[in-house]
Amino acid sequence: MSMQWQRRVLQRLSIALVTVLALPAAVYAQIPGLQPTQRPLNLPYPVQLQLSKDGLHDTANSGIKMLQEPREGLAHLPKDYPGNGVNWVKALRDGVIQPRTNILPETKIEVLDLDILLSNTGEMPMVLFPHRQHTEWLDCSNCHDRIFAKKKGGTKGLNMFAVLQGEFCGQCHGAVAFPLTECNRCHSKPRK
Amino acid sequence: MPAVPSPHSHMLLRIFTALVAAWLALVSIPSQAEYADVVLNRRAEKEGVRPVIFPHWFHRMRFRCKVCHSELGFKMRAGANDVTMADIIDGKFCGMCHNDQIAWGAANCDLCHSGKKGLPPGIYGGASTTGPGKW
Repeated sequence: MSMQWQRRVLQRLSIALVTVLALPAAVYAQIPGLQPTQRPLNLPYPVQLQLSKDGLHDTANSGIKMLQEPREGLAHLPKDYPGNGVNWVKALRDGVIQPRTNILPETKIEVLDLDILLSNTGEMPMVLFPHRQHTEWLDCSNCHDRIFAKKKGGTKGLNMFAVLQGEFCGQCHGAVAFPLTECNRCHSKPRK
Repeated sequence: MPAVPSPHSHMLLRIFTALVAAWLALVSIPSQAEYADVVLNRRAEKEGVRPVIFPHWFHRMRFRCKVCHSELGFKMRAGANDVTMADIIDGKFCGMCHNDQIAWGAANCDLCHSGKKGLPPGIYGGASTTGPGKW
């Protein structure tokens, strides 16, 4: 009895484990908006460390008790896997945060709803660049014409090597915006 | 009948345990600083104060990127902004808000100068590319 029975139990346990871990991932993969963020083995969302344990703050400084803990600030925001564990675009769109647009009263706030398709992407799906999400956070002058030419096709030298070196998109993506490991978030338009 | 495990089920048990252990290890990888925390230490320690830790996450909850990177004039490159305490007291850069009106003023040294001694300047928090994040 014992040998076969144990084997069967273990087999079932293994199948159950694989199902529990892999099935939700497979389901997520079918939901378009979630596709790029899904991860193998259903890793939980990152949890923010305390300031005293982040390796940067001096624990001897009594001032850090006055500072907001990342978890306190970020825990209630929409979640994401990379970066701070926060889907910042969704947090802004859903109104969970209402960050100020300006300090100076005379600053002109511009939001542009214009998608740009970058088709010169080799074997990768094409890049669909949405101005709206970017201009809700950034000013036109942050990119134009310092990084990107305003005229379509006018930007020279934009390629993935440069981006990975921290140029072009890489000035923010990989440093403060979602990192360059999230290929499909930008390369989102399959070639027909 | 006593349960004598077969070598085969031992193997299965090991594989099962290894899988659980690997998953737990992946799950419990500790992260370090928050993504995009910036350490400013070009001048701080030379002038006898702790390095500054600038948390992007805290600021972007309250201000859009454009406030600092357009209105305040911070360049979008760690190390590209040469900010002195005199500038801040004059109301430039951090001092546009850290003036005891919008945010705490420049007399609250310990709140910004809160880093460990010897931290090299740069951007922290495990950026996963070789972009500016790895500087």
